[in-house]
Amino acid sequence: MALDSKSKQAFTDPLIQNNPITSQILGICSALAVTVKMDTAVVMTLAVVFVLAFSNTIIAAMRKWIPGRVRIIVQLTVIASLVILADQVLRAYMYDISKQLSVFVGLIITNCIVMGRAEAFAMQNPPGRAFMDGLGNGLGYGIILIAVAFFREIFGSGTFFGIPIIPQAFYDAGYANAGLFVLSPGAFIILGLIIWGLRTATKYEEA
Amino acid sequence: MLEHYLSLATKAIFIENILLAYFLGMCSFLAISKKVETSIGLGFAVVFVLTITAPVNWLIHTYFLQDSALAWLGLPDIDLSFLNFIAFIAVIAAMVQLVEMILDRYFPTLYISLGIFLPLIAVNCAILGGSLFMVEREYTLAETAVFGFGSGLGFFLAISTMAAIRHKLRYSNVPSGLRGLGITMLLTGLLSMAFMAFSGIDL
Repeated sequence: MALDSKSKQAFTDPLIQNNPITSQILGICSALAVTVKMDTAVVMTLAVVFVLAFSNTIIAAMRKWIPGRVRIIVQLTVIASLVILADQVLRAYMYDISKQLSVFVGLIITNCIVMGRAEAFAMQNPPGRAFMDGLGNGLGYGIILIAVAFFREIFGSGTFFGIPIIPQAFYDAGYANAGLFVLSPGAFIILGLIIWGLRTATKYEEA
Repeated sequence: MLEHYLSLATKAIFIENILLAYFLGMCSFLAISKKVETSIGLGFAVVFVLTITAPVNWLIHTYFLQDSALAWLGLPDIDLSFLNFIAFIAVIAAMVQLVEMILDRYFPTLYISLGIFLPLIAVNCAILGGSLFMVEREYTLAETAVFGFGSGLGFFLAISTMAAIRHKLRYSNVPSGLRGLGITMLLTGLLSMAFMAFSGIDL
């Protein structure tokens, strides 16, 4: 299937330029708690991409039949069903990681990105384009999530996907892991700095 | 016995602040914390709704959805716990609607001061998060009520403090890329560090 330019734009635009976290300020709720380690961040990204892409597609396919007054409930039902699906799959095949993610898979339901894209994009666009938009926004969210997890895991625990990467010689020379990065303030501060960097690079300015 | 509940409440308000330690409710936190008055309004609404929804969801979870919860109906083999998410979000949306109607009818001044924040709360992560934590940590009904109230109060404290800080910040010269979201995240980090000072307190 050849993609028309609008679908392509719907996919690439939210990756960096109009990133859901740094410019739209959506979905920070659940973004930070799962970023202590790389593997939880990657799994969370996959779950969000799945939910977002399919909720966008389904809502876009139904957009002509959803009555305006009850659309929020309809959207929530679609989203919640997809999240249940993702949660059950994680529990069945990746039990350890789903234990670590704990309540945060369930919280994808109230993640503002999913509702925000359903409301802002899927209600006005055909399913194919909405799918690309969901994919793009999910990945844009994932990029930030993985970037935060990258710094938190390396500086906080000295590992990458659980494999130690800081040589023992460093520790012998007096290097110590920064415990602050494992705790919540580290996440806020790293995300603040990433936002600063990205906004300076994309020349985005908040009024 | 009372000590146990006090310690649970302190934990929920300060040490494991739902916003600063678990990052729940960040969206509305970032969007609303620009003005002190509105953030206090939202804070009250969250305390109110969280105190009501957490115990209601506890009842639903315990008597309908939990593994073998339907024993009282003569159906002991049924495990509906996969329906938790959808039931909780429906209860929250319905409770918010109900609270809105009751306030409108009996406490019009409170209703007007909460304004648009009540409906917004239905999709606040902190509310759903409170219910999901209650399931994961296997609280009893009384513990759930205390936990719900404490978490709400913690959110209230965090958002009103943040609004006051951002109010002051309007008069400072922040680098252009850092303005708005960036500086707010850094400040939240500092605020969360301050709240961490409470950890280790045990009643």
